[in-house]
Amino acid sequence: MLSVKNLHAFYGRAHILHGVSLEARAGEVVALLGRNGAGKSTALKAIMGLVPPAQGEVTFDSQRIERLPPYRIARLGLGYVPEERRIFTELTVMENLEVGRQVGRGAAPAWTEDKLFALFPNLAGMRDRPGGRMSGGEQQMLTIARTLMGNPSCVLLDEPSEGLAPIIVEQMAHSIRMLKGEGLCVLLCEQNLHFSQAVADRAYIIEKGQIRFGGTMAELAANSSLREQYLSV
Amino acid sequence: MTFSSIIIQLLNGLAAASSLFLVSAGLSLIFGVTRIVNFAHGSLYMLGLYGAYSLIEALGRTPIGFWSAVILAALAVGLVGIVIEVLILRRIYRAPELFQLLATFAVVLVIKDIALFTWGAEDLVGPRAPGLSMAVEILGKCIPAYDLLLIAIGPVVLGAVWLLLTRTRWGALVRAATQDREMVGALGVDQAKLFTSVFFVGSVLAGLGGALQIPREPANLELDLAIIADAFVITVVGGLGSITGAFLAAVIIGVAKAFCIGIGTVTWFGFEISFSKLTLVVEFLIMAIVLVARPYGLLGKPQAVQRIAADPVPPLTAPSWKVALVWVVLLLGVPLVADRYITIMLTDIVCFALFAVSLHFIMGPAGMVSFGHAAYFGLGAYAGGLLFKRAGLPMEAALLLAPLCAGAFAVVYGWFCVRLSGVYLAMLTLAFAQISWSIVFQWDSFTGGSNGVFGIWPSAWLADKTTYYYLALACCGTGIALLWRVLFSPFGAALRAGRDSPLRAEAIGIDLRGFQWAAFVLVGALAGLAGSVYAFSKGSISPSTISIGQSTDGLIMVLLGGVETLTGPVVGAAVYTWVRDAVARHTEFWRAVMGCIILLIVLLFPQGLVGGLKALFLRWKEQRA
Repeated sequence: MLSVKNLHAFYGRAHILHGVSLEARAGEVVALLGRNGAGKSTALKAIMGLVPPAQGEVTFDSQRIERLPPYRIARLGLGYVPEERRIFTELTVMENLEVGRQVGRGAAPAWTEDKLFALFPNLAGMRDRPGGRMSGGEQQMLTIARTLMGNPSCVLLDEPSEGLAPIIVEQMAHSIRMLKGEGLCVLLCEQNLHFSQAVADRAYIIEKGQIRFGGTMAELAANSSLREQYLSV
Repeated sequence: MTFSSIIIQLLNGLAAASSLFLVSAGLSLIFGVTRIVNFAHGSLYMLGLYGAYSLIEALGRTPIGFWSAVILAALAVGLVGIVIEVLILRRIYRAPELFQLLATFAVVLVIKDIALFTWGAEDLVGPRAPGLSMAVEILGKCIPAYDLLLIAIGPVVLGAVWLLLTRTRWGALVRAATQDREMVGALGVDQAKLFTSVFFVGSVLAGLGGALQIPREPANLELDLAIIADAFVITVVGGLGSITGAFLAAVIIGVAKAFCIGIGTVTWFGFEISFSKLTLVVEFLIMAIVLVARPYGLLGKPQAVQRIAADPVPPLTAPSWKVALVWVVLLLGVPLVADRYITIMLTDIVCFALFAVSLHFIMGPAGMVSFGHAAYFGLGAYAGGLLFKRAGLPMEAALLLAPLCAGAFAVVYGWFCVRLSGVYLAMLTLAFAQISWSIVFQWDSFTGGSNGVFGIWPSAWLADKTTYYYLALACCGTGIALLWRVLFSPFGAALRAGRDSPLRAEAIGIDLRGFQWAAFVLVGALAGLAGSVYAFSKGSISPSTISIGQSTDGLIMVLLGGVETLTGPVVGAAVYTWVRDAVARHTEFWRAVMGCIILLIVLLFPQGLVGGLKALFLRWKEQRA
């Protein structure tokens, strides 16, 4: 469903991604793991067109997207959930969802506000609350719900567990497994190995803008030297 | 004042406030979403007035003709807005914000000449509104019925815009994009279309504001910059991006102006105070007070930082003094081979070069964009002229004392300005420039009012044009060298650090506000030097040396040359002055030609002339290597 080949990207003059290749299939949760500054977020932004890729191929739904502007990529059914949540603080929950609304697509599950409130029950009670007056966990749920309003077939999640209370992290893991159950493809960035193990089928490890490992979660769990070398702080 | 005349002034003020509100609401909307300070917004208002005038002539002076003309004019101006957005601004959304500003200056120039070409230079007086030309008697005084209608239109439009913003999907998108337009794009919204629609709505509001004024004021070519100053003040006083704030500010300022006219001249404690003369200043006074008390306006909030993956400003390269010396030697040699005309032109260029370099210092490295830099240039010019003419000082003394006077004004103005940042700061500088302008413009007995000051010629030993050119070169060259040197002193480094990261700069112990204030005074004094050298070279000065036009000329010079380079402003000043002179000798429509040239440069070289040429040179070198 999503395939990245030899992706290079720059921030200003800094060369961040040095030929990243990865793949994610429909109904699969893939984790992109790595330390701070390894290039995880940049990889997602480059796929989404927010950091224009300098070189490489990104194929989504058998369509090349590396030269498209972000809104065209989003309309093809690739959803993006940013790291810092980026909720529209002046807008209410319902208005935030409205901004995310796109027309439905054939294959992808179609979302409505009510269906999303069933997935994130906390949001149901605060439809008219401005985004700026929500807790971090509520904002994290809203940012995912907002992206789902675009009826994506694949979602890029940037550090969904960051800065959340343990109980909310549990709920988040549950929600991601439900998205997988709906047939969505999920590519998420994480520093939290524990969280990734709870949701992901496969994992890539990125370091200094290059992929160092790709395999199943079980393979990663069995290989402690790998974890030691690239993930432990 | 009696109670009834207070009510009448209040109604007058409210009627004037309506159009001001419409223009400001449009400006605020456009700025919120696109982050473009649309200097051409006043031009759109002006087109609304002219358009309504012509359409009423065509459709007939009947109620139906009048109101269809007003609405059609507003929609036509909306279409002009779309053209501006699609043809020009859409191509440079990723360019630095200041470059977009330059593009809107160019649009101002082009629209002014299109209006001049289409409607001529004479003021056009429109008809009264058919069916509403009678007056209504309120408390024994007459007030035009049309004014009462205008009073009602303001709140109606406010309500309509509010509904549009809070009850529609379009409104939600606009408010979301005001906060984080990149995220809106990542959610699948086509920003280009959204921007175009916002530009359309904003332009329609400006056009409507203009068209509704046709029974109240004649259409004329000076309206563009006059109204943009008013609209800036209102948006800033109300708080950028707040439509309700704009309404509140328009009412406050409209009423304050009406009262100043109504009160007239009053004698208090033996002093004669002319309130009617205050009308030109009162809005800027209100703005200065509001901004010092509430740095984000009455209902505004701190600006959201738009996330755009723009490259950081590259560090400045230190001046190459050897190259500069070669240029000085060349410039010294010019009068030996050139004629008198070129010598005079070079004198102008040298003055404007120092003016532009001083503006660059404050807006580039110090990071404080000034929309009113002409204040110091003009005050320097006037100080020189008045010290010579009224105080009877020798010309040499007047010339050298003038910068101190300009610097003294910068001490006062700067104290207020460094308390703000970003667009708010830029607007406040504009306000101070306008205050200075209107004082000079109105104080007939001292400054000569609109006629200016005449007969300020240099002493006999400097009277020769070539000798004076050498004097100008010495004064302005020294000024430029001083500013460049200061930029690379610890003081300059601290300023640049403060621009890049104010918080971190303060955290390592830099008294940023103090440094910025000092920078303000330094550039004010040197712009004053440029002004005073300029004044003595011309023999006369007029208030236009302090006008918005002069300030925007300075901005054009800096941005044209390139704000990221040290030599850019000098090149910009030379090119702009020379091309303007060359074009103006051939056509009455020199503004349009200049505007088109600027637009071409904006679209081709988004880093300015010097920056663009540098990039071309680097690419050429890379290809050869």
